[in-house]
Amino acid sequence: MNRDLASYKFLDDAGDLFRFTGRFFQQWFKPRYEIAEFIRQCYIVGYKSLPLIGLTAFIMGLVLTMQLRPSMLKYGVEFELPAIVGIAIVREIGPVITALIFAGKIGSSMGAELGSMKVTEQIDAMEVSGTNPFKFLVVTRVMATTFMLPVLLLLGDAISLYGSYLGVNIRGDTSFTLFWMQVFKNLSFNDVLPAFVKSYFFGFAVGMIGCYMGYTSNKGTEGVGSSANSAVVLSSIIIFFLDLLAVQITDVLGFN
Amino acid sequence: MTEVQQATNKDQTMSITSVLVIRHLYKSFGKNHVLIDFNLEVHKGESVVILGKSGSGKSVLIKCVIGLLKPDQGTIEMFGQNIPDLDHEEIDQVRARVGFLFQSNALYDSMTVRNNLEFPLRRHWIKVTQEEVNSMVIEALEDVGLTHTIDMMPEELSGGMRKRIALARTLILRPEIILYDEPTTGLDPITAKEIIGLMREIQAKYDTTSVIISHDMNCIRTASDRVIVLIDGKCHAIGTYEELKQSDDPKVKHFFE
Repeated sequence: MNRDLASYKFLDDAGDLFRFTGRFFQQWFKPRYEIAEFIRQCYIVGYKSLPLIGLTAFIMGLVLTMQLRPSMLKYGVEFELPAIVGIAIVREIGPVITALIFAGKIGSSMGAELGSMKVTEQIDAMEVSGTNPFKFLVVTRVMATTFMLPVLLLLGDAISLYGSYLGVNIRGDTSFTLFWMQVFKNLSFNDVLPAFVKSYFFGFAVGMIGCYMGYTSNKGTEGVGSSANSAVVLSSIIIFFLDLLAVQITDVLGFN
Repeated sequence: MTEVQQATNKDQTMSITSVLVIRHLYKSFGKNHVLIDFNLEVHKGESVVILGKSGSGKSVLIKCVIGLLKPDQGTIEMFGQNIPDLDHEEIDQVRARVGFLFQSNALYDSMTVRNNLEFPLRRHWIKVTQEEVNSMVIEALEDVGLTHTIDMMPEELSGGMRKRIALARTLILRPEIILYDEPTTGLDPITAKEIIGLMREIQAKYDTTSVIISHDMNCIRTASDRVIVLIDGKCHAIGTYEELKQSDDPKVKHFFE
């Protein structure tokens, strides 16, 4: 077999990523538990991402409402605008856009940070200092992204719907209470649960790919930039694939 | 007493004073044979310099010693334990007695100088109170003359200061052996001289054993009791700096020209 083939390299990289993921699950349950570092990562990943995710969510809700309004008006269903926007944001647009923004901010920073630590021997220094660097750096980060993205999604959805409320009122007159009543009246458990569950998988994918790219970076300073870039690109693609998979699963399970 | 008994007694005497014994060490990366039948014995309180060109296997050797790389064959005995045979917990116990100064300093960018120094203390589960930790950190910083940097971030320090802080972090656990990976690389001659002086001071003060990887002749001349010339992964020559300087071997002479 010609080992230079792109397909061979793809399979080789995919195999490495799966092994890396397997190592995560192997190390996850083993003591010692890095709780302080996990909390610190939750703060960095969750709290520090909130302004960016909040801003993009707000603009997304506002713009989506304003773009939909003329079409809704044309068919005489303008009063359904909060319901339509609510379903679109909660079911699909919220989780995917939040995950993509999250991948851009957190995935790239993890790729660059761990890549830089590898190049400057900080990972080796940790090992010499009696620390399991995989557990300290990778497990805590992946757990933080997995648990923080759903929280950011809930906040992002709320901010997005508030943006939509302002969008509705630019050319209309809908009270705050009426807007939220219309949103929640048309949302069911089947809309919220799959979106919330898939955000855990998106968070896991962003953390795992960001850490994998950084931790396995091996081309000096050039490799650090490359790791950050690859982390964002691959995370984004995986998010769309997971979304495609999620819609099939929810369809089979009768959530659609 | 038979010859065998005499040899055994001699071996036992050697093993009492030897803190690091490397025997028949081999390490390859694919078809690249980095270390080939490497042997070394380091005695307590000694300062051994391993001299070699870039790519001769010096850093691989020192990483095998600290357990960051696993050799293909051979034994590395430190404090009576064979490093390649140890599990994670056992190797951590050995590492608590060994300091490692990285070529790139390897200070944690996201931590202050204080946290960088506290990190090995906390990670090795050493039972000390916060007051003791504080005094140990201050003492290590006093040893390198940089107490005023305690709350600074590594990015605020110069190259020489970073090297000193890295040395302070190495000292915090009071190691019995310190492994230096090219301690003067990337430093200006004056700072390099200061670092070498500091290494000698530390060795005298704490009675440590030093294994230094270097190709800086000034460092080798000042800091070595014994020099090992590593060529193509093999131990090519051993002797004091003066002995090797007088050597007729062209490969050895090449380093001292």
